[in-house]
Amino acid sequence: MTRTADRLLTRAARIRAATVRKCEIFAVRTTRQPLDIGTEPRRSRSGPANTPHPLRGWLRRHMPPHLRVGLLHAVAYAVLALSLAACVAPALLTRSSYQQQYREDVDAAPCARFPLGTDDLGRDRLTRLVYGARTSLLLACAAALLSTAIATLVGGAAGWIGGGLEKVVLWGTDLFISLPWLFLLLTVRALLPLDVSPGASLAITFLLLGLLGWASPARVVRARVRSFVASDFVLQARACGSSGVRLFVRQVVPNMKPVLLAQFFVSLPLFVLSEANLGVLGLGVAEPLPSLGSLLRELQGYSLLSSRPWAILPAVVLTCVVASLHLAVSRSEVQP
Amino acid sequence: MKPVPGVFACQAVFLLALSAQGSGELRFCLRSDPKTFDPQLVEEESSEAIRYLTGGVLIRLNRSTQKLEPALASSWQVSEKGRRIDFKLRPNLEFSDGTPLTAEDVAWTMRRVFDAALHSPVGDAFRSGPGDVETRVTAPDAITIRFPAPVSALALQFDQMAIECRRAPEGQAPVAGPFAVAEYKPGDYVLLRRNEHYWKRGADGRLLPQAATMRLDIQQNRDVEALWFRRGQIHWIGKLDPELFDLIGRESPASVRDAGPSLDWVQLWFNQTPAAPIAPTRKGWFASARFRRAMSLAINREDICRVVYHGHAQPAAGPVSPSNKLWFNAALKPDPHSPGRALDLLAADGFRKRGDTLFDHAGTAVEFSIVTNSGNRLHERMLTMIQQDLAAIGIRVRIVTLDFPSLIERITRTFDYDACLLPIVAGIDPSDQMNVWLSSGAEHAWYPREPQPATPWEAEVDGLMRAQASAIDDKTRKAAWDRVQQIVRDQVPCVFLVNPDAMCAVSPKLRNAAPALVWPQVFWNADQLAVSP
Repeated sequence: MTRTADRLLTRAARIRAATVRKCEIFAVRTTRQPLDIGTEPRRSRSGPANTPHPLRGWLRRHMPPHLRVGLLHAVAYAVLALSLAACVAPALLTRSSYQQQYREDVDAAPCARFPLGTDDLGRDRLTRLVYGARTSLLLACAAALLSTAIATLVGGAAGWIGGGLEKVVLWGTDLFISLPWLFLLLTVRALLPLDVSPGASLAITFLLLGLLGWASPARVVRARVRSFVASDFVLQARACGSSGVRLFVRQVVPNMKPVLLAQFFVSLPLFVLSEANLGVLGLGVAEPLPSLGSLLRELQGYSLLSSRPWAILPAVVLTCVVASLHLAVSRSEVQP
Repeated sequence: MKPVPGVFACQAVFLLALSAQGSGELRFCLRSDPKTFDPQLVEEESSEAIRYLTGGVLIRLNRSTQKLEPALASSWQVSEKGRRIDFKLRPNLEFSDGTPLTAEDVAWTMRRVFDAALHSPVGDAFRSGPGDVETRVTAPDAITIRFPAPVSALALQFDQMAIECRRAPEGQAPVAGPFAVAEYKPGDYVLLRRNEHYWKRGADGRLLPQAATMRLDIQQNRDVEALWFRRGQIHWIGKLDPELFDLIGRESPASVRDAGPSLDWVQLWFNQTPAAPIAPTRKGWFASARFRRAMSLAINREDICRVVYHGHAQPAAGPVSPSNKLWFNAALKPDPHSPGRALDLLAADGFRKRGDTLFDHAGTAVEFSIVTNSGNRLHERMLTMIQQDLAAIGIRVRIVTLDFPSLIERITRTFDYDACLLPIVAGIDPSDQMNVWLSSGAEHAWYPREPQPATPWEAEVDGLMRAQASAIDDKTRKAAWDRVQQIVRDQVPCVFLVNPDAMCAVSPKLRNAAPALVWPQVFWNADQLAVSP
C-alpha cells in the first residue's frame, strides 16, 4: 500500500514541481529582460547608437524567433560536442605529441604542418590546446561532481532535519565561503611531496577545488529542500505513512534533480576558471602536461598578442566552452 | 596691475639658475616597496636603489670602468695586508641639511655599522675575524680604520657604506648623496629631490645632480612597466626580459641596449645534504661527479640561449662571466651538448639505458624532480627544455614550481628536494662569492653550512678562497680564484647553464646615459642624468 502510494505521489509531485518551476522561470523571465538573441530588439532611446548588429538584423529578417534560439543552442551543443571529442579521443584531432619540441620552428605561424602554429618552445599549439581542454574539462567535471555530491548530502540533511543541524551547516557554509581558498591551495600545493606525478598533482588540485566548492551549492540545496518540507506532496506522503529517509529519498531527491543538475553545470565553468587562475600563477598543471590554465599563462605578456594573435585561441575556447555550458544549463531549465 | 621690473629680474635669475642646474624629473620603476630607508639595513634591491641614490660613500665603484673612484674621500691608503685603511676627506663636505660632514661622522657610522645589536649586512661584509674594529680620527678630515683581520677587497666594501650624520635631529636623516628622499607613498612612489649641498661638480663646473627630482614608481608588473616606457612615462627599464627587449626594439631600436653577458648566471644543482629526506639511491646518484657531469653534457645550452633567451644569453662555463675581464678564467669552456658522452660517463657509474629508460646498477629507473620558483617564465621554459634533453638519455624529470617562500624553505631548511634551478646574482670581486664557495657558507647551495668540508676538493676550495681573500695583490688572488673555477668545473657541484645578457631600455630623451653591466646598470651615474625637454 505504502509503495503504491509512494509511486503515485512521486509522479504527482514531479508534475507539480515541474509546473511550479515553469511558473518560477516564467516569472523570472518576465521580470528580467528576455534573452536578447532571437527576440525583438529593445526600443532605442538615443537613436542610431543602439542600431542592431547587422548579423542580428539579418537573422531577425530571415529566421523565426524559435529557430534563432535553436541555432544558438545548436552552436552551444556543437562546442560541447567538440569538447567531448577532445576529452574522449584527442588523438583524432591532432597529429603530434603535446610535449614534442620542434626547436627549429619556435613561435611558428599557422601553416599546414602546425594549423595553429607553435609555442615558444616549438610545440604544436593545436595539440596542446586539445589535450589542455581535455585535462581541464575532465577534471572540472570530477570536481563539480564531488562538490555537488557533498552539497546534496550536507544541504539536503540541513534542510530536511532543520533545527540545530541547519544552523551548524549554515555557519559551516559561511566559513567555507569566506575561506581564502587561493592561499589554502598555495599552501597545500607547497606541502605536496615533489615525487607526485603531474597527473596526480593535478588530480589533487581538483580534489581540493571540489572539497572547497560545496558551500554555495549546499545553501541552494538547503533552501530548496526547506521549500519541499512544507509542500503539499510531502504532506500527502506523510499522511500516507511515508517518513524519514525513505520519504526524503523517494519524494524529495527526485524533485531536486533539476536543481542539482543546474548546480553541477554552473560549477563546471567555475572549476575550469579556478584551474586557469592557478595556472596563471604557475601553480596549476606541471609541464609538460597542458591545461587551459597553463595555456592561458602565455597571454600574460601583452606583447604576444600583437605579434601572434592566434595565441589567444585558448582564451576563446575557454570562453566558448563556459558560454556553451551556461546556455545548456538555461535550456535544461526551460525544458525539464 | 602693472608688472614690477624687480619681480621680472628675480624670475629671470631664478630661471637662469634652474637652467644651469637642470630642472627635469627622472622617472623609473622599482619592482617593490623599499623595505627600509636605513642605509645600513639594506637587504633587497629597492632599498639598495634608494641607498645608492641618496647615500654618500667614501669610495665609489665606477660601474662602467669597474674601477674604484674617490667620492667623499679624496684619497685612501690600504695597508697592513688589508687590515688598515686611511682616508682623507674632501674639504667643505656637507649633508643635505647643511650640517658639515667630518671624520667624526665617518667614525660614528663605522661604530653603528659594527653595533652587534643592529645586525647590519654592511658590517657583515667587513667582518673577517673575531675582534673589534678600531677607528681613530686623526684630523677633522682624516680617519684611520683598523680591522682585527685582513678584509678582502677592503676598499671595495666602502662602496656600500653610506655615511650618516651623527648630529641628525630626531626623525630626520640628512644624506650626503646626490638626492634626498622628499616623499614616499607606500605602494605608489618614492620621490627624491636634489641634494643642494652635494659635493660633486660636473666637468664644466656645473652643479650636480642635473635633474631636480627623481620619481621612483613602484610597479611589479613588467608588462605595465614596458607600457609606461613605450608611452614615455618612465625614462628607463634596468632589466629587460628577452621578449620585451625584442618588442621595444622593434618599435624603437635606439631605445634598447644589450650590454653583453651580465655577471649573473643561472645554475642547476643537486641536493647533496646528508640529512636531506630523499631516497638514498638518489643521494648516491647526486654524490657522483660523473653523474653530475653527465647531466651537464646532456643539456643543450645553445638551444636554451637561442629559444628561451632569443639569443640574448651565452652558455656559462663557471661562476665568473666572460664580461668580468679581470677574474674570468679564459681556459674554461662550457660543456658541449653531447648525449653520447653523457651516456658513456653514466655507463662508467653502472647506469644502463634499456628502451627509453635509464636504470642504475640496482635496476632503479632514474627519475628526479627539479624545483624552481613559480611565475618565472624563463626558468620554466629552461626546465621544460632540460626535461626533454634528459629524456633523450632516458631520465624522467618532473618539474615543480613553488612560490618563492616555499622554495627557500625547501632549499635552506628542510632540504626536501632533489635538484633546483635558480639564478645567481654576482658581483665583480671573487670575495663577493665567499658565502657560495666556502663549505661553511649559508649559500653553499648543494650542502649549506657544512660542519667541515665534506670532500677533499671542498677543503681545497675553502683554502683557496681564504687565500685569495687575505691576499693583497691581484695576481695571487687571480691564481687562487682560477684554481677554484677549475675545481668547480671538474667536480660540477653546480651545472652552470647560461649567462643572460644585461639588457635595458633607455629613452632617447635621457641624456648622459651609459648603461653598464654591473648593478645599477642605468642609473649608476644618476647625478649626470638629465632629461631633454
